[in-house]
Amino acid sequence: MELLVSMLVPLILAGTALYGMARRVDVYDALLSGAGEGLGVLLRIVPALAALLPAVYMLRASGALELASGILAPVLEAVGIPPETVGLMLVRPVSGSAALGVGAELISAYGPDSLVGRTAAVMLGSTETTFYTIAVYFGAAGIVKTRYAVPAALCADLAGFLAAAWAVRLFFSS
Amino acid sequence: MAMAAIWTGMVVVSILCGLAQGSGTQVAAAAVEGAAAAVELSLSMAGILCLWMGVMEVMRRSGLAEGLSRLLRPVLGRLYPAFARDREVMDSISANVSANLLGLGNAATPLGIRAARLMSRRTPGVASDGLCMLVVCNTASIQLIPTTVAGVRAAAGCRTPFDILPAVWLASALSVCAGILAAWGLSKLWRD
Repeated sequence: MELLVSMLVPLILAGTALYGMARRVDVYDALLSGAGEGLGVLLRIVPALAALLPAVYMLRASGALELASGILAPVLEAVGIPPETVGLMLVRPVSGSAALGVGAELISAYGPDSLVGRTAAVMLGSTETTFYTIAVYFGAAGIVKTRYAVPAALCADLAGFLAAAWAVRLFFSS
Repeated sequence: MAMAAIWTGMVVVSILCGLAQGSGTQVAAAAVEGAAAAVELSLSMAGILCLWMGVMEVMRRSGLAEGLSRLLRPVLGRLYPAFARDREVMDSISANVSANLLGLGNAATPLGIRAARLMSRRTPGVASDGLCMLVVCNTASIQLIPTTVAGVRAAAGCRTPFDILPAVWLASALSVCAGILAAWGLSKLWRD
């Protein structure tokens, strides 16, 4: 099972190439022309990230997230989310690597099979780095007017956090 | 404008908090660090981006993408009614969804970007309802096997790192549904 998961990417590459050959497609030429297009996309992503990441890094360095954690903890307890996970919830939408770091910290500090550890793991597994995704997609597509994408995406994050806490209680409350 | 307000807010809050807590110098350093990290991050995803855009082109020319999207059309056609007849867009979205389900985040992003670029041709510079839906669906994780998290749990000494799977699936499903509902509801309410 583990081998299959780790071989997934090469298997998809091989499968796509074989299928293409069978359908008489010049696989290598298609690969090159698609990859060339990728380079153009990259040029549009760089400015989007160069704008977003300094703000994310500044926010992390300022201690604002810790401050917000203190204020939000009682609210979270009221809706059934372990207050220890507040730091994770705050960094999750802005930084994937920071969230993984905070989550790993919680999991090892409280134990992987504790309520907090499990909730942190499920939160990590069921949400994405929202602001990064928005910056990359809209940057690549040249979108300036984002309309309601940000609030709708944050709704999904919030629902994911609540659902993670509830799901852990549902499956492991014995 | 949403991003403008959020960006400005993040910077102002950082500076105020940094000054209040005496971490002003770290905040200043972080701004420069972030800009450098942006280029590093972009470069580190450059190879994967090109590779998967290339694979998508092979899938498109060989008709594999079309087969995949025929499979997912009943669901995706309803989520993206404006693009249900746009074959190229539906093919890209289908590939994006498949990669997400398989947990190939690195592959899903280039495929999703391709869909976003195709969709934005109709409304240059403005996020149409379909584009908002695409972004919301990609900000909500629909991964079937969260390997990274399982790895972290295993590293912390957990013997059954995958026992959280049902909880992850339930939470992911609820999160995606909430995102779709929010995007759909806001599309009816939003006035530019």
